[in-house]
Amino acid sequence: MDLNYTPEQDAFRSEVRQFLQDNLPDDIRERVQKRLRPDKAMTQRWQKILFDKGWGASTWPEEFGGPGWSPIEQLIFEEECAMAGAPRQLDFGLRMVAPVIMSFGNDEQKQRFLPGILSGEDWWCQGYSEPGSGSDLASLRTSAKREGDHYVVNGQKTWTTLGQHADWIFCLVRTATEGKPQQGISFLLIDMNSPGIEVRPIIMLDGEHEINEVYFDNVKVPVENLVGEENQGWTYAKFLLGHERTGLANVGQWKATMKRLKEVAREERDGQRPLIENTRFRDRLAQLDAELRALELTVLRVLTDKRGPGPQASILKIRGTEIGQQLFEMLMEATGHDAIAHVPDALELDYTGPRVGSIDATPAAGDYFNMRKLSIFGGSNEIQRNIIAQLVLGL
Amino acid sequence: MNFELTEEQQMLNDSLRRFVTNEYGFEKRGHVINSGKGTDPATWAALAEMGLLAFTFPEDYDGLGGNAVDTLVVMENFGRSLVVEPYLATVVLAGGLIRDHGSEAQKADILPAIGSGERLMAFAHSEPGARYNLSRVQTTARKDGESYLISGHKTAVLHGAQARQLIVSARTSGAVGDKQGLSLFLVDAAAEGIEIHDFATHDGHRTADIRFNNVAVSAHSLIGTLDEAFPAIEKAVDLGIAALCGEAVGAMEAMNTATLDYIKTRKQFGVAIGKFQVLQHRMADMFIQAEQARSMAILAASEADSDDRERRREALSMAKTLVGQAARYVGQQGVQLHGGMGVTDEMFAAHLFKRLTLINLLFGDAEHHLAQVSDGLLAASA
Repeated sequence: MDLNYTPEQDAFRSEVRQFLQDNLPDDIRERVQKRLRPDKAMTQRWQKILFDKGWGASTWPEEFGGPGWSPIEQLIFEEECAMAGAPRQLDFGLRMVAPVIMSFGNDEQKQRFLPGILSGEDWWCQGYSEPGSGSDLASLRTSAKREGDHYVVNGQKTWTTLGQHADWIFCLVRTATEGKPQQGISFLLIDMNSPGIEVRPIIMLDGEHEINEVYFDNVKVPVENLVGEENQGWTYAKFLLGHERTGLANVGQWKATMKRLKEVAREERDGQRPLIENTRFRDRLAQLDAELRALELTVLRVLTDKRGPGPQASILKIRGTEIGQQLFEMLMEATGHDAIAHVPDALELDYTGPRVGSIDATPAAGDYFNMRKLSIFGGSNEIQRNIIAQLVLGL
Repeated sequence: MNFELTEEQQMLNDSLRRFVTNEYGFEKRGHVINSGKGTDPATWAALAEMGLLAFTFPEDYDGLGGNAVDTLVVMENFGRSLVVEPYLATVVLAGGLIRDHGSEAQKADILPAIGSGERLMAFAHSEPGARYNLSRVQTTARKDGESYLISGHKTAVLHGAQARQLIVSARTSGAVGDKQGLSLFLVDAAAEGIEIHDFATHDGHRTADIRFNNVAVSAHSLIGTLDEAFPAIEKAVDLGIAALCGEAVGAMEAMNTATLDYIKTRKQFGVAIGKFQVLQHRMADMFIQAEQARSMAILAASEADSDDRERRREALSMAKTLVGQAARYVGQQGVQLHGGMGVTDEMFAAHLFKRLTLINLLFGDAEHHLAQVSDGLLAASA
């Protein structure tokens, strides 16, 4: 048992840190660190910089153009990126559909889709949830009927994150209605420019446009866009959810947020003293700091486990999202009533108008509201507890 | 970065697991506790035979050169079966102090004697009113010619009445709360002027209340440097905390196993109560708490031997905070899920609950250690 990083891992960390220092554009760093509104161009610009370095997909094996890093190196990379103020990369392509294509797609699909994901040229979104099927994903009804050399897709997807920017959507669709609901599901890759697709925004409680509804009206999808076998999509979906949960612990991101929260607690005033001198506030910060340490160690335990991440990954999703939500709650509370003003224009980099309180107060409440999504998406935390109860504890 | 046990640790774990499972059942444990002796000679001899009592001592003193991670392996197994032997008092606390700060003569006399199982020891440090403050020591050691005269009152001395020798902290200079001016002395428990009151604890261990009235010890009884014992006391307590975190993790795992078995078999309204989602989620939360506690026990064990004081103390306080909170949650919910049976003396779960509760109270509870972490944040920002 040894909780120290090896000299090679320390050297790797230095290399990543140096690269970030030299290559992360200042305007992007500023936008991220001030928690301003993200945009597509920024995400793509950063993806291109990483791609040019050969670091476009930290989790990919070398044969598909990844750097072939170990799980620990991936974690170090994520942490350094977050600490430096790099924007989040787009998970939908890199960490969600790509592993499915690598594991279950044919060679032609790998050659056709993976390069665009890696370079960031193709923007992907996820078509899983439907208005009637949230946590009960297998009840989905969007249908795909085979007609010659293509499928005809009809139905509606929802909660489609950043779908307004998307070139492609990976969808779970129903190709059969017999048997158990899980049995008739297929995994389709659909061009968002296909005739019959309509994207409508859903405005979230923070006033921002992040999620969408996607409507399919007789959308023709070539059969070569089917991943794996027809009616086997549920298997691929479960595989993907396993990938998603490990990433949802988000330790690197939360460590960066914790660092900022500590700074904010020193900068904000509580009467004559800095907020950090308020014992009640500081005790909560200490509690959260300890919980984040426990999460980090648990992630490392899971990542170094030779048996690979099993249903235990649900712990990471639950704890990661709970800790993330508390971090943003405390960031909001740290700015006190300065956080009550809603100034959406101030979330742009070029904003020079009036604001209330410090720069940290501007996004504080909006971020807090937005982060309630964490315990709901990716299989709600209640579903994760069901998974632990049933698959780990055998109840 | 790896979380795997070495081959030696794996062997230690396997043989100890077999021992506590086969030789230290619930009934056997009850007999040991009811004897009132605080230790079972046969069990203690078996532990010595396995090399456990000398595992963390240097090879020069018949030890195996182990560290706090080895102690974690031992304590986790003890926690699983709620072993009540004086391992923490004798091997971890007293043995650790002698190993790290004893003179050559002290080490040569004491470490092999502990390792062979011949000698029990205890650490007499806490005093009435000190709560978890480690520097609040009123007991004094007054220089009298070539010897010292110790006077004072020690409380919560784990297995104090069973020990043949005590390691006693006393003030040799400075004011009551000063960190400077503390010294450690080796005192024979049978020495004149010592009054020992032995008590049972709620969890089957023993504790002593000890008064010292001008107890004379020679200058050779000083452990470490005069007036400079505070860092040694902190380190000993940290080793104790790491050991308790390991024991708590074992006890939590046992509680979760026992509770899971119970809710899978206990039927109400025609089904096993484990089919009810409200209990499933409770059980999932108990599992999550235990896993987080395990991560922190590993952290505690990895840092406990470090001489980087700030880093070590922060890690240990973070660990004791989360382990204490998890022990409370898993303990309380384990009893709750056992229903009426959970509050009876016949259920193992009830005994696990009591031990988990008392572990939180030893060497600083969750609130105390949270305050330590919190004050550390303030110091870091200064």
